[in-house]
Amino acid sequence: MTLTVNGERREVPDVATIAELLDHFRIQHQAVGVLINGEVVGRGDFGTAPVREGDTLDIVRFVGGG
Amino acid sequence: MTGEDRALQIGERRFGSRLFVGTGKYATWELMKEALAASGSELVTVAVRRVNIDRPEEPSLLNYIPEGVTLLPNTAGCYTVEEAVTTARLARAAGLGALVKLEVIGDQELLWPDPVGTLRATEQLVQEGFTVMVYTTPDPVLAVHLEKAGAAAVMPLGSPIGSGQGVLDVDAVIKIRARVQVPVVVDAGIGSPADAALAMEHGADAVLVNTAIAAAADPVLMARAMKRAVEAGRMGYLAGRMPRRGASASSPTEGRVSQPAGA
Repeated sequence: MTLTVNGERREVPDVATIAELLDHFRIQHQAVGVLINGEVVGRGDFGTAPVREGDTLDIVRFVGGG
Repeated sequence: MTGEDRALQIGERRFGSRLFVGTGKYATWELMKEALAASGSELVTVAVRRVNIDRPEEPSLLNYIPEGVTLLPNTAGCYTVEEAVTTARLARAAGLGALVKLEVIGDQELLWPDPVGTLRATEQLVQEGFTVMVYTTPDPVLAVHLEKAGAAAVMPLGSPIGSGQGVLDVDAVIKIRARVQVPVVVDAGIGSPADAALAMEHGADAVLVNTAIAAAADPVLMARAMKRAVEAGRMGYLAGRMPRRGASASSPTEGRVSQPAGA
């Protein structure tokens, strides 16, 4: 499937949920935030929130800042 | 007079230390952790940025935050209300709770807050249940508007972010302090311990320092210096500064040796 992830178009194996997509990228589920088509997904919903062909996602984490 | 001070309360949280610190610009995470510990800070800012998808195993900043420190996610780099609100929501969804440092910047070169966008975003985030600490211009009238909008703290800049120019308008701190009930945190521009002490002496309830510590030749020593400066400034404020006036001799004017006896 084709997704736009963090501003880049990417081909990824078909995934059904955000949890599966994070696993595909080997991103830990703790302390990450996910935005799918502009909507924030709660951490508790990663396992159920669907990912569909063409979706736009932002996956964020905490970095140094003032 | 014991010099006992009450804890600083922001929203539901209480802080013993009145020095808040940022986590940007450190040479290494280990150095940052040591500096954070030396600062004694109980509230530490972090930014929200995209994960590097191709390097997911990069170590997390969160592994280098001392025990017991509260994290304060910021909306740094946001230029619109929508971006700032979304960033705050992401931080909360990622598990950092409802505390947020709101920044809505209006000028890319000056990194100057956008007062209109800042007020609107404050209203929105308060409505969504956030505890909003608001980075703002040193404007007494805007500070009152922000408090009315539900800000949990107002954070006037001392001078532009990262500039180290100090507190350019100290009177603004006094004016803001006199007009709002919520804590006033001088944020941005503090370059030295003297700057931090100056802000505190003039009534700031806390200061937020990042670059002055991170970019010091010895960040750990500077963190310790900032801690003491903030404590000294706070004590000076509570002690009550003498008024500024003309010359007034400190030593007795009577009994000088050149005076005739009984004069």
